[in-house]
Amino acid sequence: MTSKRNTNAKRTINDFDINFMGRRKLAAILSGTALVVALLSILIRGFDFGLDFTGGTVIEVGYQEPAELSEVRQSLESQGFPGATIQYFGSNRDILIRLMPQAEEESSAELSNRVFRALSQDAKGEVELRRVEYVGPQVGEELREQGGLAVLFSLIGILIYVALRFEWRFAVGAVAALVHDVLFTVGVFSIFQIQFDLTVLAAVLAVIGYSLNDTIVIFDRIRENFRRMRKGTVMEITNNSINQTLSRTIVTSGTTLLVLFALYLFGGEAISGFSLALIVGIFVGTYSTIYVATAIVIWLGLSKADLIPVPVKKEGAELNSMP
Amino acid sequence: MNRYPLWKNLLILSVILLGLLLALPNLYPQDPSIEISAARGASVTDSSIGEISAALENAKVPFKGIEPREGEKLLVRFATPGQQLKGQETIDRTLAERYRTALTQVADLPGWMRALSMNQMALGLDLRGGIHVVIDVDMEAALDQALERYIGDLRSQLREAKVRYLTILRDGTEITLKFSDAENRDKAEKVLNREFRNLQLQSSESDGNFQIDASLPETEQKEIKDFALQQNITTLRNRVNALGVAEPSIARQGDRRIVVELPGAQDPGRLKEILGATATLEYRLVDTEGSVADAVAGRVPVGSKLYYERDGTPILLKRRVIVTGDQITDASAGFDSQSGTPAVFVNLDGQGARRMRNVTTENVGKPMAVVFIENRTTTRMVDGEPVKTTRKVEEVISVASIREPFGRRFQTTGLDSSEEAHNTALLLRSGALAAPIEIVEERTIGPSLGQDNIDQGFFSVMVGLALVVGFMALYYRMFGLIADLVLVVNLVMIVAVLSMLQATLTLPGIAGIVLTVGMAVDANVLIFERIREEIRNGNSPQASIHAGYDKALSTIVDANVTTLIAAVVLFSFGTGPVKGFAVTLFIGIVTSMFTAILGSRALVNLVYGGKRLDKLAI
Repeated sequence: MTSKRNTNAKRTINDFDINFMGRRKLAAILSGTALVVALLSILIRGFDFGLDFTGGTVIEVGYQEPAELSEVRQSLESQGFPGATIQYFGSNRDILIRLMPQAEEESSAELSNRVFRALSQDAKGEVELRRVEYVGPQVGEELREQGGLAVLFSLIGILIYVALRFEWRFAVGAVAALVHDVLFTVGVFSIFQIQFDLTVLAAVLAVIGYSLNDTIVIFDRIRENFRRMRKGTVMEITNNSINQTLSRTIVTSGTTLLVLFALYLFGGEAISGFSLALIVGIFVGTYSTIYVATAIVIWLGLSKADLIPVPVKKEGAELNSMP
Repeated sequence: MNRYPLWKNLLILSVILLGLLLALPNLYPQDPSIEISAARGASVTDSSIGEISAALENAKVPFKGIEPREGEKLLVRFATPGQQLKGQETIDRTLAERYRTALTQVADLPGWMRALSMNQMALGLDLRGGIHVVIDVDMEAALDQALERYIGDLRSQLREAKVRYLTILRDGTEITLKFSDAENRDKAEKVLNREFRNLQLQSSESDGNFQIDASLPETEQKEIKDFALQQNITTLRNRVNALGVAEPSIARQGDRRIVVELPGAQDPGRLKEILGATATLEYRLVDTEGSVADAVAGRVPVGSKLYYERDGTPILLKRRVIVTGDQITDASAGFDSQSGTPAVFVNLDGQGARRMRNVTTENVGKPMAVVFIENRTTTRMVDGEPVKTTRKVEEVISVASIREPFGRRFQTTGLDSSEEAHNTALLLRSGALAAPIEIVEERTIGPSLGQDNIDQGFFSVMVGLALVVGFMALYYRMFGLIADLVLVVNLVMIVAVLSMLQATLTLPGIAGIVLTVGMAVDANVLIFERIREEIRNGNSPQASIHAGYDKALSTIVDANVTTLIAAVVLFSFGTGPVKGFAVTLFIGIVTSMFTAILGSRALVNLVYGGKRLDKLAI
């Protein structure tokens, strides 16, 4: 598309003419490799599931002075809590203790009380109980199940909506891109063994929403251009559409990433996993819009005729403009 | 061109003003306060306010005011936390028999806001601190108990009607009655039809076996389960109220779960103990004739049962129970006037008192024992399957000789500490649980962590907002400023909707707000990019504005509806943290559509509408 350059042009990202679709084979190899690695990691290494999914007890305590992990571990072991995971949480005065589901018959109430007493005895200053979370084993199982169902149902809902609003090829492309994003994001959590808890799951679902947002914008433009442009092959029109929306894609991803980095850096330890999942998801979501969603639509054989509105539903004026 | 009719501008303006108004309460500080409720047997009346203010004035504790609160409660406001604590101490010391106190924080809103029932955002427990507990009710046990009751009733009814039966067996929810001949079976069927309308009966005979199969219909089973759950909720509510926690929430979740939320609760250990406890007392006579040594060796005399005292000493008690915890109507903790050891003072109902008087009259001089019974349920994973084990702990806490007959009111000693006396009294008072329960999930957040979460959340919202606002202004100039303004309005609208719906704001909820800040500008970015494109295509500035808004609309709606789908799914499948995130995401998307499309257009129209323009600052 040719355009008159005006004074604004030098400040803005526009008039791109990148042949995105020309490199789609390379991208397919890239995506394929990434997904295979992600899948292998998920199958072999699995996830470092958080408390929400495994069950067990997490206790966060605050010390007045910086505490030594080894000392905390020692005082726990001497009180009969071997095998506890102990780590700093945010600062070296905050300590997070994680205990796996107990085999012995003991309720959560007694357990966290005993741990806290053990720590208070050995500590120099006063110890503050900041947080206790206990998830029973059957609840952990339910949460895992519900999480999987939530992802599945949102994908189905989206598939239906996109199929109704656009066309089945778009629906398949959009959902394939979403599956790609979800796999890639959780794959990153598996490869680097970053803890996967409920907030990360929520972030994955938000990634679905965000990535879809991005996909719809480009799909919308492709549909519009197909109806408007008489010349040009499917490939050319698609490339044009991506280029036309590229500045928007960059600006929106940019602003969202800005707030997410703010959240990651200042939001505290409790939602760092959440922000990280979204940051990864937004990068991969932007990429997948172009190279997964759109590429699949083309690969499925989209032609101009597929997007011509059904005449009965439209007004006469638009009928005339059809090729 | 590009002018909104007056009514449209006024409509947008009034929605925004309404949003500002609804968000306004959140700017007011909170008063440290005491929530006062009536103790058992007492009530909050019109004279209570005078009584409490007199008590506080006597003790020279300054307070800001006393007002009635929902659910027959009073609220006393103080200026500082120190005065609040002194106030609580004063009321507990002077009026403890009549009132219970609980510390809380209540917004100091002006009268007109309260009259309009406007409120601050409801903060989740992760922000204000507190305890969140999910309790699983053992429905199988509830059903078992009900069926055992049925069998007991069947036996006594048949005996009463002089119908001879061979056996009554139970397999799951099926009860089988066996008879030696058809005559007895038919008589029994008549009795059962008359007395047990709930049971489904089917009689049969084979090889000279005459039997009736009785079963509980599904609807009946469901009713039993519902009743057990409801009964447990009532009991838990009694217990929580007795503990003195402000604004407790006890709600049913699904078929078998109860969620208890106690904001600001200070002592999680005790709370959990009280919630989960099934402790009760039983009074039994001591078997003084049987040999304890024989019983320990496994030869327990008929009609007796072997128990252990707290120090491990074995003791033989009669099998027949004199009274059980069910018959206790009231209980309070105190000290034995002679020995000074912790004691529980117990009141019995009519039936229990009669029985106690009969037994004690017949057995003066003989020893009687008090048994402390507690069910401890735990779940373990065995081969990936959750296995529930319930251990019944029965301990003899005191043995004393009956000095003289007694009935309705008496005391029990032998408890370890005055705290145990308090807890036992509390449990006896609030009634027994209809079915065993187990805490399956618990989240306790200390008050300081809650404040940290608020601070960090607020700070990251501000940093994110500042970055986005700065970027937009630089990149889109005048239009960027307009987008910034509507972005801030959007934040206010989210706060307004949250305050109005009293939806709970959680830490993930704040994350949702941060995310919508990033995404809310998307609608404006789409519009502005479209306007730039139109300008590049050589259209006039006014036509470009018009076309930009017009053409971007369907894209914005499509993109947002799909995100809404994700938010709705998140909400319906999510629990706790995920739900909080879904709520703010949903609200954020809806309000951003309003502000980013209508709000920003109205502003653009006000700035540029109807003028001759050569170029746009975009």
